[in-house]
Amino acid sequence: MTSKTMLRAGLYLILILFALFYLMPLFVMLTTSLKSLEEIRTGSLLALPRDITFAPWVEAWSTACAGTQCEGLRPFFWNSVLMAVPAVMISTVVGALNGYVFAQWRFRGANLFFAMILFGCFIPFQVVLLPMAQMLGLMGLAGSIPGLIFVHVIYGLGFTTLFFRNYYVTIPQELVRAAKVDGAGFFRIFWSIFLPISLPIITVSVIWQFTQIWNDFLFGVSFSGAGSQPVTVALNNIVNSTTGVKAYNVDMAAAIIAALPTLLVYVVAGKYFIRGLTAGSVKG
Amino acid sequence: MEWLERNVPKMVLAPSFVAIMIFVYGFIAWTAWISFTKSRLMPKYDLDGIGQYERLFAAPRWDVAMNNLFIFGGLFIVISMAIGLALAIFLDQKIRAEGVLRTIYLYPMALSLIVTGTAWKWILNPGLGIQETVRGWGFESFTFDWIIRPDMAIYVIVLAAVWQASGFVMALFLAGLRSVDGEIIRAAQVDGIPTHRIYSAIIIPTMAPIFLSAFIVLAHLAIKAFDLVIALTGGGPGYATDLPATYMYAMAFSRGDLGQAASSAMIMMMVIFAIVVPYLYSELRPRHDK
Repeated sequence: MTSKTMLRAGLYLILILFALFYLMPLFVMLTTSLKSLEEIRTGSLLALPRDITFAPWVEAWSTACAGTQCEGLRPFFWNSVLMAVPAVMISTVVGALNGYVFAQWRFRGANLFFAMILFGCFIPFQVVLLPMAQMLGLMGLAGSIPGLIFVHVIYGLGFTTLFFRNYYVTIPQELVRAAKVDGAGFFRIFWSIFLPISLPIITVSVIWQFTQIWNDFLFGVSFSGAGSQPVTVALNNIVNSTTGVKAYNVDMAAAIIAALPTLLVYVVAGKYFIRGLTAGSVKG
Repeated sequence: MEWLERNVPKMVLAPSFVAIMIFVYGFIAWTAWISFTKSRLMPKYDLDGIGQYERLFAAPRWDVAMNNLFIFGGLFIVISMAIGLALAIFLDQKIRAEGVLRTIYLYPMALSLIVTGTAWKWILNPGLGIQETVRGWGFESFTFDWIIRPDMAIYVIVLAAVWQASGFVMALFLAGLRSVDGEIIRAAQVDGIPTHRIYSAIIIPTMAPIFLSAFIVLAHLAIKAFDLVIALTGGGPGYATDLPATYMYAMAFSRGDLGQAASSAMIMMMVIFAIVVPYLYSELRPRHDK
């Protein structure tokens, strides 16, 4: 009995230690962001703030310098919103229609095309970086938010198509056949049979795409201009800004601000977040 | 009208088809072509053999990047899988606060790697970070300055990447553990087979497909890891923590060497495809039978 109790205690101890390991960076970010620079220099990394100050947060949001631009994260945060919202919506709508065709309206060559889309999900984006830079220039979208939206829609399509296809494929084909006999067309069937049951997978797709696009750095740093940088690029610039004294508290406040939207999504809709992650890896 | 009705599905797919053909396959072809030319600052289209690849393989910096990829990728995958599996098995023992713990283990996956890098860079800086804190506790000679040491900095990248992704592996494995047939486990328990044997002989072998998908996802993350290196070490000290992804970016956007950028991107793609193609092939095949 005692050895079993010891075992249980050890188990809980290990689980709690790991929880502390995962929580520690968030804790350090939060406490550092609430300390003055003086307190950071004299105190301990893991200590709670003695005098809580919100000045670093104000500075991170509205006056911190990212490169030469000293307006804080605010304009870039807004850029990310303007980029993510349309990109998420467009790629989800297109993915839903594509998935509907792949699952229920098979035609010759559809399997091959689906395989090609799937491969597209796995390419390292480095391999399309150079031609995309040229293409955006040709299209007049270089360094603009519409350009970034375009890029995120194109390279998000594979995943959204996959989500909807795998969801719709479980719906019996007899249903579509019966509806066709009744004279319903392609869009009518989608609208009145498939869309009403799609809320869970729409949620998965929106959360997945939002997290991907909000957190993206590679496309942001490669294709944005001075006025269109997303928040991740601005955060990196603020942290690596070499002018003036290193303001660790401002860096940490900025990091939390940049992380807040996706963290919020995770806390509110964690279940769907996990389903997106696993659907992206375990197919079928 | 009937023709239209019949072809609506194809027309719905057509824009995506065109987009994928141009922006995925066309662009790969373009990059492949450029990798066989003498392109520098501007693309040139006259083929010039494998000169770029010879230059690439002769470059010490690329050598470091590929070595780092194997060190980083290997350790990142093995450690994340080990931690993920251990946590999943521990959490599977009717733990009271399972939901809370799961949420804590997985939240890093919601963060941008730039945020992760920024946080760990601060925690690991030798001046005011964890090293100084432990010294403050009385361990005067405690040293943990890997982030500024060329020979150790790559392990710092491993640490931060494991922190970010191991909870996700836990979630994958936990879902796998829960899907194993309860009848078999109960029968084994009735027969008095010890718990560790039930795991090692019954449960884990049935989870082989999950090991495979966890491996694929982690390998994919490792090869594409770019943001984390940029935020955590900037590829430094010097180019000690360069990965193929940061090498490619440096060639493309700061060195203005398109030929090198294209050839390094092609090598990255081949490494990924060597891992992913057999997997996708096996995943897609049974589908045709349905």
